[in-house]
This record gives sequence, C-alpha cells and structure tokens, in this order.
Amino acid sequence: MAEKLIEIKNLKQYFNVGRPNLVKAVDGVTFDIYKGETLGLVGESGCGKSTTGRTIIRLYDATAGEVFFDGENVHGKKSAKELKKFNRKMQMIFQDPYASLNPRMTVADIIAEGIDIHGLAKTRKERMERVYELLETVGLNKEHANRYPHEFSGGQRQRIGIARALAVEPEFIIADEPISALDVSIQAQVVNLMKKLQREKGLTYLFIAHDLSMVKYISDRIGVMYYGKLVEIAPAEDLYKNPLHPYTKSLLSAIPIPDPESERTRKRITYNPSVHNYGDNEDVTMREISPGHFVLCSAKEFEQYKQQYR
Amino acid sequence: MEKLLEVKNLEVSFQTYGGEVKAVRGVSFDLHKGETLAIVGESGSGKSVTSQTIMKLIPMPPGKIKGGQILFNGEDIVKKTDKQMEKIRGKEISMIFQDPMTSLNPTMKIGRQIMEVLTKHQNMSTSTAKERAVELLRLVGIPMPEKRVIQYPHEFSGGMRQRAMIAIALAANPKLLIADEPTTALDVTIQAQILELMKDLQSKMDTSIIFITHDLGVVANVADRVAVMYAGQIVEMGTVDEVFYDPRHPYTWGLLASMPSLDNDDKSELAAIPGTPPDLIHPPKGDAFAARNQYAMAIDFEEEPPMFQISETHFAKTWLLHPDAPKVEPPEAVKRRMRKLASTFEKPVLVQEGKS
Amino acid sequence: MEISKEKFQIVGTRSTEAEKISKPSLSFWKDVSIRFRKNKLAMFGVVLLILLIIMAIFGPYMTKFDYRTNNLVNTNKPPGSMHWFGTDDLGRDVFARTWQGARISLFIGIAAAAVDFFIGVFWGGLAGYKGGRIDEFMMRFADVLWGIPYLLLVILFMVVMGQSLGTMILAMTITGWINMARIVRGQVLSLKSQEYVLASKTLGAGLQRIMGKHLIPNTMGPILVTMTLTVPSAIFTEAFLSYLGLGLTPPLASWGTMASDGLPAIKYYPWRLFFPATFICLTIFAFNVIGDGLRDALDPRLRK
Repeated sequence: MAEKLIEIKNLKQYFNVGRPNLVKAVDGVTFDIYKGETLGLVGESGCGKSTTGRTIIRLYDATAGEVFFDGENVHGKKSAKELKKFNRKMQMIFQDPYASLNPRMTVADIIAEGIDIHGLAKTRKERMERVYELLETVGLNKEHANRYPHEFSGGQRQRIGIARALAVEPEFIIADEPISALDVSIQAQVVNLMKKLQREKGLTYLFIAHDLSMVKYISDRIGVMYYGKLVEIAPAEDLYKNPLHPYTKSLLSAIPIPDPESERTRKRITYNPSVHNYGDNEDVTMREISPGHFVLCSAKEFEQYKQQYR
Repeated sequence: MEKLLEVKNLEVSFQTYGGEVKAVRGVSFDLHKGETLAIVGESGSGKSVTSQTIMKLIPMPPGKIKGGQILFNGEDIVKKTDKQMEKIRGKEISMIFQDPMTSLNPTMKIGRQIMEVLTKHQNMSTSTAKERAVELLRLVGIPMPEKRVIQYPHEFSGGMRQRAMIAIALAANPKLLIADEPTTALDVTIQAQILELMKDLQSKMDTSIIFITHDLGVVANVADRVAVMYAGQIVEMGTVDEVFYDPRHPYTWGLLASMPSLDNDDKSELAAIPGTPPDLIHPPKGDAFAARNQYAMAIDFEEEPPMFQISETHFAKTWLLHPDAPKVEPPEAVKRRMRKLASTFEKPVLVQEGKS
Repeated sequence: MEISKEKFQIVGTRSTEAEKISKPSLSFWKDVSIRFRKNKLAMFGVVLLILLIIMAIFGPYMTKFDYRTNNLVNTNKPPGSMHWFGTDDLGRDVFARTWQGARISLFIGIAAAAVDFFIGVFWGGLAGYKGGRIDEFMMRFADVLWGIPYLLLVILFMVVMGQSLGTMILAMTITGWINMARIVRGQVLSLKSQEYVLASKTLGAGLQRIMGKHLIPNTMGPILVTMTLTVPSAIFTEAFLSYLGLGLTPPLASWGTMASDGLPAIKYYPWRLFFPATFICLTIFAFNVIGDGLRDALDPRLRK
C-alpha cells in the first residue's frame, strides 16, 4: 500500500480572483493517496472538500499547486489526447442521483457515454454487451437498459452513475458525497457495492462525505477539512480514537449515534478557532504526531498534541 | 398522560396519470402531551405525507384522504374546512421543514415574519409583537436578536435560518410541532445544536413534537417513542429503548444493521436491505416488505401480517411474531444491541382488528 | 384465523422482484405528449392548425378560379355559390386568394421560426456554455441589435433590397432570434453546472457532445415553446407590415395584403376584410394555445 497513486501538493482553488468577494475554497492542501486505499475527506458544507475533489479531476482549473497521478502532473498543459487518456484513469461519482443523470437519455446511453467518447466498442453489439455487463456489475439487469432515469429510485440511479464511471475502466474514483442523498437502507447497498468493486478491480477511492460513521467504515485513512484547509489526516481508527485537532474533536462529538443511551449521556464539544491564538511568525503546518497521523498545528501545539496522544 | 393527537386508520392517496398512489395505507398512532414521536422511514414511506395530512397541507387534488380520522384535542381534522384549518395552522399546530429557505419569505424581514404570526393568532399589537419577536429570536439562540429582526432570510446562515423557522413556528405557542427532517440539510455540528435547542424548548413550553427523519442517530437523540414506517404503513412502534434495544420487525433490523457502528472496527460487509421500496400504485400482495426481507416466509407473499403487541407500548406488524413462525436470529449487528427489557410480555399478543 | 404451518417456512428475499419496475417505460417526450393530449384547448388548436394547413395546400385547387386572374366584370361580388368568399375590387376570387395567402403567411411564420431556431440556439448556446468574456461580448452584441428600432431596419431592408418574400423574412429574423438566444442562454447557463454535464466532462466529452447530447436536448422544451409562439408573431408582423404598405407586392397575396386592401372598402364589401382577418386570428389563436399547452405539458412542476 506504500505506493503513491495521487500526490496533491499545496493545491489552491480561489474563486472570484481579483474581485472583492474572493473565496479561498481550497487554501493550500497537501496529501497523498495510496494505490488501492480509500481516503475519506470530511468536513462541513463549504469547507472545500467537494471543491478539492473537483479540482483534482480538473473540473476547475487550480489557482495554484500540483496534482500528480502516477508521477505525472495532471494540471500542466496537456494536449487533447493526453487529457483523454487521463479522463479514463480518473472518474467521479456524484452526490445527487437526480441531477447526475441526463433525464433525456436512456440508461444504456448514459452508461455508454464513456465507451462512445473513447471509442471502446467496435460494434453496436459490443457496446450493448458492455452496457449489460456493467448493469450486472452494479446489480441491475438488461431490462433496465432502455428505461429513463426518472423511472429509477435514488439508489438505483446512484448505481447507474457508478456503472457510467466504471465504463472507462478507471483506476481512481472520486466519490463526491455519493450516499448523502440516499436512504439509510440504500446507503449500505451503495457502500457495499463500492467495497466490492474495490476488491475486484483494485480501485482507489477518494470518498468525500459529511456522514462520519459511513466514512469511518469505508475509509483506510481520513482527512478532516475546515475552511479550505486540511486540519488533520490519520488512519481511520486512529482518528476516531485519538482526535487531536480541536475541530476534529468537535466534529466527532456531534455525530448522532443510533443508541439512545449514549445519546442521553453525550457531551458535545464546540470548536472555537480562537483557541489556537497563533502568533504572526508562528509556522502553522502539518506535523506528524505519530506515524501517518498529521495535524495542522504550530510548534507549541505540536508538543501538546504529542503529550495528548496515547 | 393526556392524548393530544389520535390518528386512526388514516389512508391517503394521490391520483397520478399512472394510477392511484396509495401513499398512506392505514396508519394509526397517538401522541401524548409533551412527548416526542419520531417517525422514521425511507423516502416514499409515507412519513411526510402523514405529517402533512395532519396539517392538511397535501394538495387536494391530486391528494385525497380516503379514510380514517385525525383527532386533535378530540376534534376530527379530516372534516375541517380550509377556513377552519387556517385558525389551527400556526396557532395550534405548526410545522418546520427541511429547507428553511423554501418556507421563509425571502422578501420579508425575519422580524416581520414572526410578528405576522403573533398579530394574526395572538391578537398582539404591533409594538408588543415586535418585542416578542426579539424575545423569540433570543430564545432560539440567535445572537444579537435586536439586529437580526430587521434582516432578511438570505443574511442568515443555514443553521440560523432553521432557528428563525423554529422561532416562527413556536411564536403562537402551538400544542403540536411537526418537524419534517429539520436537520437533514445541516452539518452535524449545527444539527447537534438545533436538536439541543428543540429539546430545550420542548421542556420549557411542553409542546408535543412529531419528528420526521430518516436518520436513526437523530431518532435516538430526540425521541420518546418511535414509529417505523414502510410503504405507507407503520411496521413497528414503541418507546425509543424498545425499538433500539429490542426491535422485532425485520425492516427495523435491516435499518439498524445497515448502519456501521462507530465504536468497533468491524469492516465486514454491511447488512444492506436489497432492492428498492415497492411501487405504491400497485402495493404488493401480503407484506409489502416481503420481497426485500431475508426472513420472508411463504405467508408473507400471501397475507398482510396483523399487528402484534410485544409490550404495553411496543407493536410490530410481522408474521414472525406468530406462534407458528420459526424462531429466527436477527442480523449480527442487531443481536449485539439486543437487551431484555422488563416491560416485554411473555408472548406477543395479536392485536384484534378494529382496535389500535 | 387458521393458517397452515407450511406457510411459515422461511423463503427469503425475492431480490429480482424487488428491483423490478412495474410501470411501463415512459420517455420524457412520451410523457409530455400524454399530458399535452389531455389539454383540450391545445388539442383544439392542433386540429385547427391541421385544418388550416390542409386548406393552405388544397384550398387553391378547390375552386376553378385562380388567385391572380382579374375579372373586371365580377368585382366586389358578395360570397355566394359561385365565389364562396366573394371577389375583390379586381374581380379575383377571395377564396382562392385566402388560401394562397395562407401558404405565404404560414411559410413566413414557419421560416421565421426556423431561422430564429438555428441562429438563436447556436448563439445562445455558445454564449451560455462558454460564459465569461465570450458570453459578455455575444450578449452585448445582441443587446445592441435589439436596441435598433425594428421598423427602421425593415424599411431600410425593403428600400435597399426591394420588396420580396426573402427580404421580408430576413428583416423579421434580423432581431427575432435574440429572444430565442436569450432563452437558450439562460437555460444553458443553469444546466451547465448540473452534475450530468460535469460527469460528461470528466468522461472527456468535448463541446459538441455536451451541447448536442446534454444541453440542447434539455433545453428543447423552452425552445419549442418559443418557436410556436414565434410563428404567430411573425404572421402578425407580416400582416402589419403589409398593412403599412411595406409588405408583398401584388399580385402576390398574403393575409396581410388582403386585409390591407379590404380595409378601405369595409363599409360596402366587408367580406374582403372579414376572411383574411378571421384566418389571421384563427392561426394566431391556434399557435398560441398550442404554445401554452406545450409549456404546461413541459412544466416539470406539473409532473407527478
């Protein structure tokens, strides 16, 4: 697992540059994603987690910073051909199962879109066979191919979206809140499917979500974002057992747990950014507290966190 | 305890060109004073339609109340005219929604929107209403309420808007508050604040709450009693402990098992419920959940199960409770949470028809 | 209630059944057509329009008179068994002229709508999709064009290029497409951030594919409504221009020129105005109710 698939270096995505309403949606984020792992990215709405995902896949042009895929810079100048090659390697699953499928296209055409763009099927028959195969992979069947998206339930639509992404045989999939809009019983279906696909195809995931319990379940490592910055990144278990950044602590304390007794006794921790009270010349960066567990902190905090860490 | 609301055998349908959608198919429950009932279910389970019917907010047509009664303080809401309902809405029963932006008027200052309720239902003068509006905003935890009353909804953040909505909903001291997924669109930290606020206000004002959600974590946090809905019917109902520590319906098992647990490192596959909810234009014969139920028995595909009673307060609608049914083991994740509760009857009792 | 014990055997899920969709497959346009056909007024408009088109095609052959031959003996005859709609001041058969006029009026309407469609969709689609400076430039250009008094343009065209059918259509569409472009741009602007468009982009789709497969098909509803409402406005404009004497030259007949000819004689020979005016009204009415019906049928809020 030590092999890096994606390296994100000091990625910045600002909107409205040069105007008074400048938004620093992603403000200098650095992390790696290893081959075959699932990296969870959590945070509140507006913290920049979705923008990070969209910038990595080049839906937005990064303001600054680099993204390397297998050692190759994907944000440099690229010819159309190179870009297409890159499109096949990296795919995305979207949040809203109702907005992510074109209502005027049949399911077969939606799934085959990547096949058509990249010319992956020689004949019509081959194309349809591939579509049927993909439908089966995501637990649907042939009969669904000629139907329209509005005839499906949310979970089924999300699986169609997954089949569309799989059609180009990607190595890396960015899942942008893929289960937030789904019902509880359906969330498990989609998560199980994603895990199965990861086992079978050796996929690497960036799983963006705000549902922390699901993220913990699916992820090997988790990154926590707050206002455009990555504040903590650690192996999933470690993050839950030893949250160090005060924001991570407050986030964890707020998750409602389906257990009435623990809900009755819960203590909520609130996060107040002023607790850091960073000085002007303090160097606030990601520091490694224990192997693989990084926290955004100053040198002083670093010592404190080290003490706290069990 | 005094009963505030009794819903008896409610049936609601919607006429679409595809046929009649039977959204609510015989729902009965009651609600006591000062209590919180959580209604859980997937989208399309009829939980929102049920609550909107109590407020008579469903569009008619295409919607239609096909049968049943909704007794609020002993009076049947089903029979009330629009005019009579206007006096009840906002005053006796009020509602908060998932998206406060759709229910707040964007062109009106927050303060005015609260005052409108006060002057209409409480016959307050403008000046006292103004004071009360500030007071209400303070009550729901909005800082600097004197400044906030003269702001527009778009100047509020998501969590603040939901607080403002709650302030409007509570302005007339309603006896019943219906909260339809009020925290679904919010971040967890904000959600936690709003839930705390609602519980706090409830203890102060003694309001009854019907809380609609699909999040079992939220249910565990707010509810006194829980009703689990599936395909337009209540399939299990009980106190929050009964439903979480001694669930009996396989659908409830499925819901509980499909959520990963935070405290253990179990990475084995989640017990997902296969398939999708049935189409309510043609509800399946027998138990609507049968096709997705791994414990389904032959009879589930033929006969609709009756309601069985497991304790004074605990009901479940499944054939598994029939004396002839085989003993089944719930999924691992559910077994881990099972407890023996003192109030449980020795044997499940069949609830006789016609009695809720 | 007695139930046999065998009924309590566990049989498990029927997962194939749980994924089955029982409703018949219904594409968007099928759904729209079902709802459109339920709208009685709109269907009446369709029937009316079909009748008008049939008459425009066959009408001129139904009488032995042709629309251009003068017959100075038979001027201003009232409608009768010989001349069904009477004759005009040059003794030409009004029935024949009415349907000949229908051809031209309908042609003008449809041609104007078609030109609006091609230019408007292209311009608006490109501006909306590209956004930023390109959008700014393209739409400002349209605004400038929109600002030029329309009649002035028409007169200019007529003077420079001569009065003909082609000039007329050109003059009408020189600014007509702007409305379409604005509508398409607005739609594209909101659709282009939809997740299915983003998905297509991440799959490597180019401009052509995103436009042709995603943006335009999803804008087709408003486009269609705009087109059906453009037709009657073009017919009306033609009539109006003809009335001002800026229209077609005789012996060509359109409803506009006929009405304009008939107006001075309204006191004595009312049928000369009555027939063309009635058919202008009926056509405009038909297109308007069809357009309204389409708009209602396409409205997503009215979908179940």
